[in-house]
Amino acid sequence: MSKKTGEVILDLQSISLRFGGVKALTDISFDVREHEIRAIIGPNGAGKSSMLNVINGVYHPQEGVIIFRGQERKRMEPHQAATQGIARTFQNIALFKGMSVLDNIMTGRITRMKASFIEHALWLGRAKREELEHRKKVEEVIDFLEIQHIRRIPVGRLPYGLQKRVELGRALAAEPSMLLLDEPMAGMNVEEKQDMCRFILDVNDQFGTTIVLIEHDMGVVMDISDRVVVLDYGKKIGDGLPDDVKNNEDVITAYLGVSH
Amino acid sequence: MSFGTPTGMPEGLQTFPRLLFHHAQVRGSAPAIREKDLGIWQTWTWSGVAERVRALASGLAALGFKRGDNLAIIGDNRPHLYMMMSAAQCLGGVPVPLYQDAVADEMLFVLQDAAVRFAMAENQEQVDKLLDVKDQVPLLEHIVYDDPRGMRHYNQPFLHDIRALMEMGRIHNRNHPDFLDAEVAQGRASDVSVMLYTSGTTGMPKGVCQTHAAFIASAQGGRQIDHLEAAGDILSYLPMAWVGDHLFSFAQALVVGFTINCPESGDTVMTDLREIGPTYYFAPPRVFESLLTSVMIRMEDAGAIKRKMFHYFLRVAKRCGSAILDGKPVRSSDRLLYGLGTLLVYGPLRNVLGLSRIRVAYTAGAAIGPELFSFYRSIGINLKQLYGQTETCAYVCLQPDGQVKPSSVGAPAPGVEIKIASNGEVLVKGPMLLKEYYKRPDATAGSMNADGYFLTGDAGFIDADGHLNIIDRAKDVGRLANGAMFAPNYIENKLKFFQYIKEAVCFGHERDQVCAFINIDAGAVGNWAERQGIAYSGYTDLAGKPQVHELVKSCVDEVNTILANDAMMADSQVHRFLILHKELDPDDDELTRTRKVRRKFVAKKYQVLIEALYSGQSTQFIETEVKFEDGRRGKVSADLRIIDAKTLSAAQQAV
Repeated sequence: MSKKTGEVILDLQSISLRFGGVKALTDISFDVREHEIRAIIGPNGAGKSSMLNVINGVYHPQEGVIIFRGQERKRMEPHQAATQGIARTFQNIALFKGMSVLDNIMTGRITRMKASFIEHALWLGRAKREELEHRKKVEEVIDFLEIQHIRRIPVGRLPYGLQKRVELGRALAAEPSMLLLDEPMAGMNVEEKQDMCRFILDVNDQFGTTIVLIEHDMGVVMDISDRVVVLDYGKKIGDGLPDDVKNNEDVITAYLGVSH
Repeated sequence: MSFGTPTGMPEGLQTFPRLLFHHAQVRGSAPAIREKDLGIWQTWTWSGVAERVRALASGLAALGFKRGDNLAIIGDNRPHLYMMMSAAQCLGGVPVPLYQDAVADEMLFVLQDAAVRFAMAENQEQVDKLLDVKDQVPLLEHIVYDDPRGMRHYNQPFLHDIRALMEMGRIHNRNHPDFLDAEVAQGRASDVSVMLYTSGTTGMPKGVCQTHAAFIASAQGGRQIDHLEAAGDILSYLPMAWVGDHLFSFAQALVVGFTINCPESGDTVMTDLREIGPTYYFAPPRVFESLLTSVMIRMEDAGAIKRKMFHYFLRVAKRCGSAILDGKPVRSSDRLLYGLGTLLVYGPLRNVLGLSRIRVAYTAGAAIGPELFSFYRSIGINLKQLYGQTETCAYVCLQPDGQVKPSSVGAPAPGVEIKIASNGEVLVKGPMLLKEYYKRPDATAGSMNADGYFLTGDAGFIDADGHLNIIDRAKDVGRLANGAMFAPNYIENKLKFFQYIKEAVCFGHERDQVCAFINIDAGAVGNWAERQGIAYSGYTDLAGKPQVHELVKSCVDEVNTILANDAMMADSQVHRFLILHKELDPDDDELTRTRKVRRKFVAKKYQVLIEALYSGQSTQFIETEVKFEDGRRGKVSADLRIIDAKTLSAAQQAV
């Protein structure tokens, strides 16, 4: 696939993260280029989700430098990451189960709402105009993800695969420049996985969104990502093109174990 | 009886393009097409549609589309696809709608047969299918697509975004302002207006060429019988390649001038139906059936008071509802109760179904269960049947208001003559007959008799009221070994009237007894199983449960009781049956795209099961390959139990 990936927009240098005595991440460096699909893979407990949490400001590494869009990032909170254009989905779906699909996706627009609480409550000028605008954007996401038929259904009543899609929808509604996906295909059947792959590729292709994803399914990762970084026990053991990583001795050992 | 002849169209309006431009003049600002897009119903007025059609037609002409060219149209019901149909007709070309869920190989035949040079595809999915087979369709020169999503990287010069085509057309229009009007003026009523491919229950599909005159006469006849008005709405959701959709959503819409409404997607049809509340509605029996099933399932979960009220008023409706709808005399106490029922049950129910504004609803394509049919009529929905086929513009018989019977398909429509041949086959003649099968003079000749009657291939009789009753396909009607008539469809329909049975295939020709394959309805039986506390994992597992066998057996036994009371059919009682381990599926070629059973194919594929039915075995192992929609294959296997049904002997029958 010939695809134009741009400059480095996120550069992680020598990141180390400890929880007390537990070293979750040790001296990890890698970068993410604009418009690419970057996968983070590794066995259970390798530190993949921690890495994602570092990127989006949930965890604060004790050591290391994070440079996002040319600026060194100071200590940052997740909502600041959101306003900088980083959206994410979660390994365990984190939607509002009792709310409709439409309302859930609407919550993705919150960082972009400017009208005050009072204006919203009284449905005054700016609030109304804004809501119409946001609703239009949400409808575009619904159309994009082909979930028109469940628009009004409470999320809790949907099958797992569709809930995952709604979660992606909420992240997309924020019009992120960088999308973090934590195991978007976990627990899905083959058909749902294929759908999800298609959506991820479409998002990347049509909106130019940079995507960082964690995934267990090696087949999926190798098919859709541009570059792959491999973690094991909190250390980086591989980084490169999918084919290179696939043939890397350390990676094979980490995944398949060592023959004795 | 007959309705006489249909009133002709005014002078100058004998082709569809002229009708379109006529509406643009007389009701320019009235809605012609609506489509739900991004959650909102968008409206195109008649003048807006006319402008776009003009632009599209000129654009096609600029690309080299000529009189007599065929334009393939592939996709869901979308405004631009309907407009493209008109655009092709403006230039004297012929639109050829294809079934949108057909796989590339199935499309290939039609594309080759129709010598398609131009194709209109709804989206990337359909474009991909066309590109798959393009090498084998050397004549195919241009593909126009509607939805640009995913098309960014397609840079083949023969692919055109419909918006670009329209722009091209607008420029062409400015440079040649008289061009299009002259083209439209050249159109004759006797020109072919559309080519619809038959679904191919037998052999390869054939292109049925229908003229403007034929479809306009059929649409006029329908308008006359049902008093259709311009201020109406129809939901256009059935495949555009199907003659019914072409009659209702295209021909009648253009003749009468009502609004067609395109749903948001195939999955949202039921929601869209409720939002639009059409005045005119068409659905095959299975849609009415699944609507009713879903209501009944939900009512089972309602509170006791509501449930009691619901069932009480349904009994009232059953007693007097149809009579009230037909304007027949009814006891005043019943009339009062029915009024109360309308307030409490029927009204809300019609609303939930999305049918509260309905003036006429039609069903056709398969037999509808009398219970089901009467149910809708009893709650005040004017549901009627019609009869026709692709070759007759779906226009042969209509049920006139006040004379609706569940068993018949109605009286001959205006201008239609009907005769029953000596072998029981229904013969028809009238303005709605096909011009020819495309490039198949042999088939065209074979479809007509010497007097110019079309051979429908259906066996039927005309009853005392002059209404046509259809029994079965003439070629399917066989004989049992003892010489008694065997009409498989007739028996299968009786079986399918039970909500638990989705599909049935009966065998018995030249055999001494009738045996059957059954497909259970996964939704209805699944719900029943849940209620009984029966755990199951999927269709195959559910179909193998002994309790389900008992359930289906009770349905078969009941059918046998009905058959035993019918002198002509008493020998056709189902002696043994089995429940298939998989659902019959068009992807596995077991059903046609219009979901009719391909009897011979099924018989051949499951030969081993038929033998087991007739050899007295009690179980039989079967393994079957299944195709998924994405082209992958899998296998399902099961040990099928063969069950003996209760049949009534001649002695019991006499009682």
